Amino acid sequence: MSMVIEREAAAVTKVVLELEVANHAGVMSHICGLFARRAFNVEGILCMPLPDATRSRIWLLVFDDERLEQMVKQVEKLEDVISVVRHGAEHAVFERLEAFFR
Amino acid sequence: MMQMTGAELILRLLERQGIETVCGIPGGAILPFYDALGQSDTIHHVLARHEQGGGFMAQGMARVSGKPEVCLASSGPGATNLVTAIADAKLDSIPMVAITGQVPLPMIGTDAFQEVDTYGMTIPLTKHNFLVRDANDLLEVIPEAFRIAMSGRPGPVLVDVPKDVQCQMVSFEDYPPVAVPNALPEVDLLAIEKAAEMINAAERPVLYLGGGVIHSGASHLAVTLAEQGGLPTTMTLMALGTMPIDHPLSIGMLGMHGARYTNYVLEEADLLICVGARFDDRAIGKAAEFCPRAKIIHVDIDPAELHKIKTAHIGIAGDVTQVVEALLPLVQVKLREPWLAQVADLKERFPLAKPDLDNPRSHYGLVQAVADALDDEAVIATDVGQHQMWVAQAYPFRRPRQWLTSGGLGTMGFGLPTAIGAALAAPERTVVCFTGDGSLKMNIQEMATLAEEELNVKIVLMNNNSLGLVYQQQSMFYGKRPVASKYKRAVNFLKIAEGFGLDAVDLDTAENPAATLAEALQRPGPCLIHCSIDREEFVYPMVPPGAANTEMIG
Repeated sequence: MSMVIEREAAAVTKVVLELEVANHAGVMSHICGLFARRAFNVEGILCMPLPDATRSRIWLLVFDDERLEQMVKQVEKLEDVISVVRHGAEHAVFERLEAFFR
Repeated sequence: MMQMTGAELILRLLERQGIETVCGIPGGAILPFYDALGQSDTIHHVLARHEQGGGFMAQGMARVSGKPEVCLASSGPGATNLVTAIADAKLDSIPMVAITGQVPLPMIGTDAFQEVDTYGMTIPLTKHNFLVRDANDLLEVIPEAFRIAMSGRPGPVLVDVPKDVQCQMVSFEDYPPVAVPNALPEVDLLAIEKAAEMINAAERPVLYLGGGVIHSGASHLAVTLAEQGGLPTTMTLMALGTMPIDHPLSIGMLGMHGARYTNYVLEEADLLICVGARFDDRAIGKAAEFCPRAKIIHVDIDPAELHKIKTAHIGIAGDVTQVVEALLPLVQVKLREPWLAQVADLKERFPLAKPDLDNPRSHYGLVQAVADALDDEAVIATDVGQHQMWVAQAYPFRRPRQWLTSGGLGTMGFGLPTAIGAALAAPERTVVCFTGDGSLKMNIQEMATLAEEELNVKIVLMNNNSLGLVYQQQSMFYGKRPVASKYKRAVNFLKIAEGFGLDAVDLDTAENPAATLAEALQRPGPCLIHCSIDREEFVYPMVPPGAANTEMIG
């Protein structure tokens, strides 16, 4: 029960992270490992190569809990992560995808 | 145009990087590289007896030199054996490049003989890692590995190279430039000014130094800062030696096994200036109750350390040398007589008790007797356990890189191979490895390496025939019920040492143990110095795990 309330409360404070990363096998493992290790829930992941193909963009939908700042710092430390930008949950990238998950 | 195999290319890039000694063990998947290594005139290969030993030898070299050093292992069990030494380097921020062989590319993912996912396995243990799928990439990857290992907060980097990539021919015009560390981050002068104001305004400041001060080569600057600002100075386990222990401003090591007065001084502080330390739980105890009256200034080159455990009033992401250099002109000269008098009073009332210090067959007495027989040029390595804490408490450390210990990971088995590495990097120094009987058995095979390399390493074995710190915790916190901590049989370490070809002396039977010890330490070459220690001797004081630092026992 408490779990449900927590998730509902947290649902209003979701955050979208936009990562630009080097495009090679293994980058996803590095990033997902950081979140999994800390049991930091990732609600959604999208990853596509950028037009120049040496880089990819990763979109993460996460909850904004008190550990998020530390989480972002750990992601920024990764050698293959070029930049991290925070967006609000209203960002269109996951909203538009919702149609595919009904 | 140059043409060579991937294996030879790795070798040439290591040579160009200034690598003179590598440690490891060959095996099927790394044999092309070893074949190339055999033709090198400049690189000395030290054959470890277990890959973990090879990894710690590289760490020992790096901890003494401050530069990234190299260890080698084959695929599969070679790589899995190496893992502990890599994890240890990560937690203590030691620069290291591990090169592992891998099964040929077409066999990856087929459960081939001696195949493990070394890349996947080492993601969480390394600062960064690579799986090289084309030998041409080595031109970029090898310098990158060194750059990453030594830039910012140092750490281990692993490069996994499939056997066929080692054999692949590469053609190229020029070697890549030799790797250098990244430029240091810009110093935030506004934050520096605020920090200086806080230091100047504080009444009871304490300087809290960590291993980052040593990595940055800033020990003398940190001491100057303390002297200028009149700052009592505590050191973490990793920072021992940054300020000489007999310096009037030194208040010794803080934390779980720090002296009572050290933790009491921190309790009184109104400002904590944390430099290159990371508020580790063994240092600060229960985080919420650490330095309850203090504002915090935190300096670290790793921005992720700022506000991680304790929220700092001022967090400065920067290199310790640059930050302290910028701080010094702004910090007022202060005598702080009332505060230093209060510190001196606490020190007098709650000093570290070192009973039986004159007896070289007691735990503190043995540490003291070793120190008495050596000068500050010696390197002191330890294993992990009671002996480690006794040495940390009682050995008079007076210079950075004098002290090599496994702080973050707490790896038993660290001592002997790390001491070997230290002796490889600094053959002119005497290297002492304080160890316990539990720890020594975890990498005892490296006695063979030690004998073969004829290095000036003295193993000082405190033998209580038990896993002493486990026995201590069970005695103190688990109703005096020892489980699996007392060995039922004793090992004859003197015969073992002899069997490996080492000199050995026994202080138990020596007529004049201090003289026997001093002679053994002064005689060149490897030696085991054995001394029995009472199992009922515990490390005091002790903060129970999870408790506040003021809740010390003993």
